[in-house]
Amino acid sequence: MQNGNARTLESPQAPLFWRAPLHRSYANYFGRKLFEFLLTVHGVGAFALITLGVLLSKLRSSNRVIYPLVLREVSRAGLRLLPMFLFLAAALGLVVVGQTLTWLGRIPAVMDYLGTIMVVVVVRELGPLIAALLVLARIGTANVVELGTARALGEVDALEALGIDPIHYLVVPRVIGMAVGILSLTVYLILGALVTGYLWIFVQDVPVRPSEYFNQLAGALSGLDFVLLALKASLFGYIIAIVTCYHGLAQPLRLEEVSHATVRAVAQSVIACVLLDALFILIYLLV
Amino acid sequence: MNSSPETAAQPAIEMRGVTVGATGNPDTTVVEDVNWSVAEGDFWVVGGLQGSGKTDFLRMTGGLMPPVSGTYSFFGGAMPIFEEHRLKERLRLGFVFDGGQLLNHLTVSENVSLPLRYHRNLGAAEAEAEVRPLLDLAGLGPWADSTPGALARTWQQRAGLARALMLKPDVLLLDSPLAGLDLRHCGWWLHFLGQLSKGHPWLGGRPMTLVVTADDLRLWRGRARQFAVLKDKRFVALGSWERLEAAGGEMVNELLAVAPHGG
Repeated sequence: MQNGNARTLESPQAPLFWRAPLHRSYANYFGRKLFEFLLTVHGVGAFALITLGVLLSKLRSSNRVIYPLVLREVSRAGLRLLPMFLFLAAALGLVVVGQTLTWLGRIPAVMDYLGTIMVVVVVRELGPLIAALLVLARIGTANVVELGTARALGEVDALEALGIDPIHYLVVPRVIGMAVGILSLTVYLILGALVTGYLWIFVQDVPVRPSEYFNQLAGALSGLDFVLLALKASLFGYIIAIVTCYHGLAQPLRLEEVSHATVRAVAQSVIACVLLDALFILIYLLV
Repeated sequence: MNSSPETAAQPAIEMRGVTVGATGNPDTTVVEDVNWSVAEGDFWVVGGLQGSGKTDFLRMTGGLMPPVSGTYSFFGGAMPIFEEHRLKERLRLGFVFDGGQLLNHLTVSENVSLPLRYHRNLGAAEAEAEVRPLLDLAGLGPWADSTPGALARTWQQRAGLARALMLKPDVLLLDSPLAGLDLRHCGWWLHFLGQLSKGHPWLGGRPMTLVVTADDLRLWRGRARQFAVLKDKRFVALGSWERLEAAGGEMVNELLAVAPHGG
């Protein structure tokens, strides 16, 4: 039967597309990937909803155990990364203003829009995304390794045997910590970039006074920017924590599988963040 | 965690036609058609060679995974218990894992106090008064502030025992507690479990129901009161030591290290 099919498909009468080499392999490959993708979306979605349910229903439960863990995670995903973020903030401000002046400096009207450019590029786009990706690299990967190892070594079973909800004890502090951490770091990153942006203007002797620059910034910002920025940064934290915790915790792992789980979690977190960012661009365009 | 009067007459553990699946792969059955009843205060040892499914059987008994088929009740309530409102019932059962399975990011003291702090919402200082006597009881005082990685496996196992006893459960399941121990530690475990079974002061003199797995039954002679054997997916509850010896056969002889042909 297979031979018959193969002959039919390979016959000169068959359309060219069907006679293309390895077409079945491609179809199988993409079909398999599609199913894997849908299963992952289903698993991560279910995990996100379960975590949200636990977060809301056990907000005050065992708070003398859980709150210190939340503070530890906020410190880990926020405070301890502050020096690195201030360095990056300086670099971001210099790069955006520097490149704008280099390529558009001959157009006099650009001087009236430097603040607007900083708002569009840094506040609305790059600030939250860079903060999210850096926290993913520093803390998200650690999440997968820690939880994957805990799962592989049976620590999660031990929690269940003690009647302790692993989502409440292991995931909820990480979700809150990462959401608060990314939001705070985004604010610091943006403030740092805006200030160093003006420093570059000053150093380059561009005829824009500080008051003009900050007036441009204030004019370009609206209340909606603050709301969407807070929402976006918090959602980045929530999504990264969910994806990384899902890959570390929600599936049985052996120790040798932890590194693969980490790679998968990073790739999927980046994709999820970029898609979320695209969604917010649409919101900006529509509002 | 004292048992209520209405549940006193019920068996602590009752299984009817239970089939146990392998951990992580429930499609593979490791034990079939288990019919077993454990009364309050019993001290069972379930013997089986390595790979016979002891750990999977105990994990199912501990409610960490559901049976593939059959009914399993714990003090009359269906197991496993996942519902939040039945948590109190769930905490009547303690589990000591092979090797302890402590949380590696916590110290020994923090590991032992965790169930107490989590379920009673206590701060570390408040829990200390209850944790310290238990640590001393298990001989863990000098290692209270060490992380599990700094401890030998034997002490990790003891920390696992202390953690399981923290909430004073009615039933304690222990997965191969004597595996890999030297004689001194074996003696300590046998003595301590004997005390728990008879009514340890830590439990207010209340006898604890114990279920232990082992791959060598000789050490348990005169200590445990009931014996069962696992082999070739069969679970045979034999009862007393005398009935175990009388049962004989390859299944039992391997666990009593009796050479074939009576040699």
